[in-house]
Amino acid sequence: MATFTLKINGTERQVDVDPSTPILWVLRDHLKLTGTKYGCGIAQCGACTIHLNGNAVRSCQLPVSAAADNEITTIEGLSENGDHPVQQAWLELDVPQCGYCQAGQIMNAAALLERNPSPSDEDIESAMNGNICRCGTYIRIKKAIKKAANA
Amino acid sequence: MKTSVNRRSFLKASLLSGGGLLLSFSVPASMLNRKSGSKAETVELNAYLKIHPDGKITIISPNPEGGQNVKTSMPMIVADELDAYWEDVTVEQAPLDTDSFTRQFIGGSQAIRRGWTSLREAGATARYMLMAAAARGWNVPVNELSTNSGKVLHTASNQSVTYGELASAAANIEIPEKIQLKKQNEFTLIGTSRRNVDGKKIVTGQPLFGIDVTAKGMLIAMIVHPPSFGLTLKSFDDAAAREMPGIKDVFPVNVMKEDYQRQHFDTCTFQEVIAVVGESTWEVMQAKKAIKAEWQPFESHSIRRQSFFGDEFTEDIPAGRENTSDHNATITSMASQKGTIVRSDGDPEYAFKNAAKVIERSYSAPFLAHNCMEPMNFFAHVTDDKAELKGPLQKPEFTERTLSERLKIPLEKIDIEMTRLGGGYGRRSYAHWLVEAAVISQRMKAPVKLIYSREDDMTSGIYRPAYHATYRAGLDENNNLIAFHVKAGGIPESPLYANRFPAGAVDNYLAETWSENSNITIGSFRAPRSNFIGGVEQSFLDEVAEAAGKDPIEFRLELLERAGRDPVGKDNDYDPQRYAGVLELVRDKSNWGRENHNYHRGVAAYYCHNSYVAHVLDLSVKDGKPQVEQVCTTVDCGIVINPDAATNLAEGAIVDGIGCAMFGRLTFTNGTPQQDNFDSYRMIRIGEAPKKIDVHFVLNDIDPTGMGEPPFPPVMGALANALYKSTGKRLYHQPYITELENKGT
Repeated sequence: MATFTLKINGTERQVDVDPSTPILWVLRDHLKLTGTKYGCGIAQCGACTIHLNGNAVRSCQLPVSAAADNEITTIEGLSENGDHPVQQAWLELDVPQCGYCQAGQIMNAAALLERNPSPSDEDIESAMNGNICRCGTYIRIKKAIKKAANA
Repeated sequence: MKTSVNRRSFLKASLLSGGGLLLSFSVPASMLNRKSGSKAETVELNAYLKIHPDGKITIISPNPEGGQNVKTSMPMIVADELDAYWEDVTVEQAPLDTDSFTRQFIGGSQAIRRGWTSLREAGATARYMLMAAAARGWNVPVNELSTNSGKVLHTASNQSVTYGELASAAANIEIPEKIQLKKQNEFTLIGTSRRNVDGKKIVTGQPLFGIDVTAKGMLIAMIVHPPSFGLTLKSFDDAAAREMPGIKDVFPVNVMKEDYQRQHFDTCTFQEVIAVVGESTWEVMQAKKAIKAEWQPFESHSIRRQSFFGDEFTEDIPAGRENTSDHNATITSMASQKGTIVRSDGDPEYAFKNAAKVIERSYSAPFLAHNCMEPMNFFAHVTDDKAELKGPLQKPEFTERTLSERLKIPLEKIDIEMTRLGGGYGRRSYAHWLVEAAVISQRMKAPVKLIYSREDDMTSGIYRPAYHATYRAGLDENNNLIAFHVKAGGIPESPLYANRFPAGAVDNYLAETWSENSNITIGSFRAPRSNFIGGVEQSFLDEVAEAAGKDPIEFRLELLERAGRDPVGKDNDYDPQRYAGVLELVRDKSNWGRENHNYHRGVAAYYCHNSYVAHVLDLSVKDGKPQVEQVCTTVDCGIVINPDAATNLAEGAIVDGIGCAMFGRLTFTNGTPQQDNFDSYRMIRIGEAPKKIDVHFVLNDIDPTGMGEPPFPPVMGALANALYKSTGKRLYHQPYITELENKGT
């Protein structure tokens, strides 16, 4: 066990956990930030995507010891009022079905637009390839990213 | 407080505490034939409509939400008949009320179909009661009044009053015996697109799912299960695990006792598992790895079960550790023998003997895992005298009885609260994990959340069976289809629907079925059985049309015309005209015959879950890789409640169907699933989805039918037919990617 100070959504939080604990479980179990989802635990599905210093990372593979002293953003902190252009586009196009994977999709999409404000279809497919949606909402995800890009 | 109950229509009105109207009603959607009869005389109310004095309206939606959008679409039906202003309506998910709930159920795409009339009657009844209250206040006849967007109007005197102002008075109005429902052209909400009522919560990461549930003092539990089907627990050493940080207990859980008469959805992957309980998920995951378990083969045995309709039967579970290669050998052997004849029209043997041309083809598909993105999980807090549970499941009305038996707690002391489901597709009908959670909580005397790791979820599944079908078609010298033979089977369940098209359209028709037992657990998977037979039947018909030298749509339409004009046999369970309708519409909408020459095109149509769907799928080939460019889809599901949501469901089913047929595969070696996570089990990803999907609905005034499943099976056929056009080689065995690679495209 060790104490870590984490900067999450602009707030400092302290946790006392094993250093190998993935940040995913620190968020979900210790800080009750359950918007970040567990999907596979091996960085193959993207459900747990968060931002580390603005970059999309798989939180299931990021030990808490490596996350300390970095800026972490989760779906709960992506925008103050849930009105990030990606979130708005998701709502306007009514993207989700079951909704479970969507926090990860949105976080990945937001990071994509941050580094590439007008992505092509190929850019989107390549950037979003790691995010699985079993409900099959991919077409709307792509449309929503384009809508957010033009917002 | 005055309470008015109308038994005939299953409605009950009362005054809300704090003022306003509470109308309780029943959505009699149960497919269950309840044998107990204990509640037969009781009005079972499972849905509520509240009109508050401030004009806000709350509609409690009884069906679990797993992405089918019922939480939006079902209240829309109530609100339309009520003439409510949609922005005033909020929707809540009903908890499972053990005293009264009839059907809180995902499965069979039946929610809208079976709820339709009662939802409408509830809305219309409340509207009438509000009008009657206004009429009393103004001292005018009710028939001079009208309603609009949450107000009652008296045009003659130019007066209006809001529903909120009338709500308390309306609670004292007698519920009418008969109620006038709207005509289709009077709908204001039904047929308009409304956004998912939980959309904002989803995109902001609010805790909606079972896996998000938390409680004071809650412990985390996970399981260690046998690594192979055919094995059971012998012994285990948990000494190291118990020493690990945060670990509270390790113990075996007998999921369903052997003498317990199982109900339909009591399929249980492994009879006995090891529970590991601790303070946090990561700690429990680590401790799981430290458990040294010994497993032993189990003997062949049988379990007593009840069918969906309550009939009792015995299920034989064979011993052994099965291999996919053994399954394939079994399939080859069974397919070469006579099956059980389920339907025979005319004289198939004679017709085949005299046919000018006979085409015979065999198709297969492997086991599939559901792979809901939210792994199986459930929260349970079981104390000495009651059980509180919370989480995602599809069939709570079945599960509560199972729990009561297993926990020895009376039914009325079991409370199941339903969360949103992170996908279901059939998997969450089989709630053995809920029983595990409850048993663990009972033993720990603490609130517990059980979570399956992805590996546990994938390797202890209730899978889609492995299927096989052999088709034969006989054509006469004029290329008319004179004989048709299907022999279909599976491990351990057959996919055959003997009375579906083209039964009824061919003079000489033979359907045979077979199945072979297995100890690999199987169950419902999006569009059960159809998810194989629909696609391969449509592949076969495509090949037969080609052999007959006919256009594939024209060929199907000729058969459907025959089935409508002069049907062969009885019990044909489709409407040939509606079936033809989606084909004609897709021919028109896809510009059939005038397609883009860079694309390879396939068509398929199918009927299941009371709805008709046709797809025309266009694909291109780049660097030897097929890419689905577009899918044109036509759907006849009767009246469409929420077109954009229905379109989203169709799009999802198409993507999922392409993914399952192209990539889906679960194989076994010595009983061990060879795929255990998304690195080895291939799921369709964004770049592999169609670039574009256009969905068109047949406009009619038929009561609404299923939407979640019907577009799923036929897209597999459309895909195979388009792939054939691109490669010149027919595909017979899923996953198609393997067959394509083997054929060196």
